[in-house]
Amino acid sequence: MKLTGAELFVKALKEEQVEFLFAYPGGQAIDLFNALYGEPDIKVILPRHEQGLIHAADGYARSTGKVGVCLVTSGPGATNLVTGIATANYDSVPLVCFTGQVPTGLIGNDAFQEVDIVGITRSITKYAVTVRNRDDLADTIRKAFYIARSGKPGVVVVDLPKDIQQEAGSDQYPSEIHIRGYKPNRSVHGGQIKKAWDILQAAKKPLLLAGGGIMIAHAQDELTRFVDMTGIPVITTIMGKGAIASDHKLYGGNIGIHGSYAANSAVNACDVLLSIGTRFNDRITGKLETFAPHAVVIHIDIDPASISRNIDVDVPIVADAKAAITALLEKAVPLEIDAWRTRIDTWKQTYPIQMKHPGMTPQVIIQHINEAFTEAVITTDVGQNQLWATQFLELHARKQLLTSGGLGTMGYGLPAAIGASLGNPDRPVIVIAGDGGIQMNIQELATAVVQELPIIICILNNGYLGNVRQWQEMFFDRRYVSTCTRYRKGCSAACNTPDQNCPEFVPDFVMLAESYGAKGIRVQNISEIDPALTMAKENQKTPTLIEFLIDREINVLPIVQPGQSLNTMIGME
Amino acid sequence: MKKRWLCLFVENEIGVLARISGLFAGKSYNLDSLTVGTTEDLSVSRMTISLTSDDRTFEQIKKQLNRSVEVIKVVDYTEISIHRKELLFIRITGCTEQEKSEVFRIAHIFPATIIDYDFSSILVECTQTEEKNNDFIALLQKQFPNRLAVTRGGSVAVEAMGSLALP
Repeated sequence: MKLTGAELFVKALKEEQVEFLFAYPGGQAIDLFNALYGEPDIKVILPRHEQGLIHAADGYARSTGKVGVCLVTSGPGATNLVTGIATANYDSVPLVCFTGQVPTGLIGNDAFQEVDIVGITRSITKYAVTVRNRDDLADTIRKAFYIARSGKPGVVVVDLPKDIQQEAGSDQYPSEIHIRGYKPNRSVHGGQIKKAWDILQAAKKPLLLAGGGIMIAHAQDELTRFVDMTGIPVITTIMGKGAIASDHKLYGGNIGIHGSYAANSAVNACDVLLSIGTRFNDRITGKLETFAPHAVVIHIDIDPASISRNIDVDVPIVADAKAAITALLEKAVPLEIDAWRTRIDTWKQTYPIQMKHPGMTPQVIIQHINEAFTEAVITTDVGQNQLWATQFLELHARKQLLTSGGLGTMGYGLPAAIGASLGNPDRPVIVIAGDGGIQMNIQELATAVVQELPIIICILNNGYLGNVRQWQEMFFDRRYVSTCTRYRKGCSAACNTPDQNCPEFVPDFVMLAESYGAKGIRVQNISEIDPALTMAKENQKTPTLIEFLIDREINVLPIVQPGQSLNTMIGME
Repeated sequence: MKKRWLCLFVENEIGVLARISGLFAGKSYNLDSLTVGTTEDLSVSRMTISLTSDDRTFEQIKKQLNRSVEVIKVVDYTEISIHRKELLFIRITGCTEQEKSEVFRIAHIFPATIIDYDFSSILVECTQTEEKNNDFIALLQKQFPNRLAVTRGGSVAVEAMGSLALP
């Protein structure tokens, strides 16, 4: 039987078991949408902006482990995906993005809504391709899903010219695909595992650093078993937070420039560092030369290019985190490292991360969220809200954090929550955002309302782009350039003394929420937090937006100053 | 920093050259020359890349190339015996009789071939290693300052028979 390209596209999505398609129509995608008409198996989610759609697909993929699928038109539809593609690719999220394209005969003519999206996204995708022959369509789509989800997951862009969508051709969709240049690693090198274990067994101060790779490999259980068996203390990157329950007795907190004193001190003191699924980004290492100065480094990563790129690795193991930990588990026995564990415990107790600031601090708010929800998917935006969330959220197997760790994309939180909520209808989904980032994709409130998603949006409103303001306060002499979100034309550009007389914040988030048909609540003191969260939980038909008015100049502490070593933390209270 | 040689087998598809050269540009890797052509299998192209880098960066470059979906195989030519040649054309203009005989003499020694001629201009072809071609250009530059037009093709390399594993 012959199918048009568009019909084959729909067949392919069904074969790939796509349940949600995050899609925004347009001239060069209209045939694809037409083929989706009345299709019962694929739910098409219409956002209010293409950037919202791709973050939603990303949130869906991160929270379910399935491939997120996007469909947009050519030109601006495609370019609006760019930030979302980079966000997902940087954090190894499997996405397949279909973009409409002008007919092959018009490519290169500067046709209406023509852009070279493959060229634009080449450096931020795992693979990007324009389908130029109808005969290649099925294989290309199969290849796209395979590449996106295998190995180190990533984003694949498939650009579909209109004539390819319309041309009739074979209805066959391959069940397997062979790509000669792409062989993701599936096995674990037994010799390297033995070497790693021998080193760990001889260690006096071993430390396990868990990154986002643990989440992607769904290796949380294996990691916990390994830690329980060996007694090796664990610290995490931001992307790895939740890899082990954050209340686990061997968990020492996050590493990095906003990490915990215990975690950073442990890295400085350890003699063996077993790191799994992290690429040693500059935000976690601080000054590279002084990172883990006494440690033999064992590095497990699916991506060979992540090994020995930023720090020198003594025992490289290229493998999937789950497979590698499973292999290590076969050897694992309890280690005699009581003194080391006690030392880390002492650091934890002496310098816990806490806000001494009075009143309704972000710590207090997040602790109430911790208590109010036994299970949840929590997304964040980027900035102070994200850092506080990673400091204070209690996470475990049923309480998961989604955050833009690599690219650091403001505006990620709300749309990602939409995808997470669609993929996890049985779990509460909470957004923790600031007053800056939430406005970058606030239009997605409409999507959440029409999809009847009971997302709880917690805005920590300090009237500042707080993280940059904090740096301006600490490292730039309090020169608050372009960071006050309550600024009005009449204000002094040099103002750095917020007070009672500052102009009103716009928008009024409560009224804004209500205008979308969502519920809006404003919380100004601690006693109002629990009632607001209860109300939000009970509101199952619409999203609830809770605006927390917090003090304007609260900082994220402790902090390692830019470019400094992890052992130079300041702001421990 | 050291001169390195890589041989790359890649899918012969639209955009592959852009992906490879874009990788070098985007990550600030220092690319000296890149040549590309098809192989006996028309679906496969072969690239010869020369670059200058330190050891750590070179390892990273190889890994980055290897993880590209379109790259079938990366072979490091730096430490193995290879044959490599670069095609070079040089046009020399405004030559006197005496200068012309000088060019013929140089070409004879180097050796290079005179492939075209219009009484006052001479077109010379030299197919040597990149380094030998550098010498050739430097020599002519000395003799004919500001009268040379240089067209270089970039190096093509292949393993020496001795470097190939015996079947």
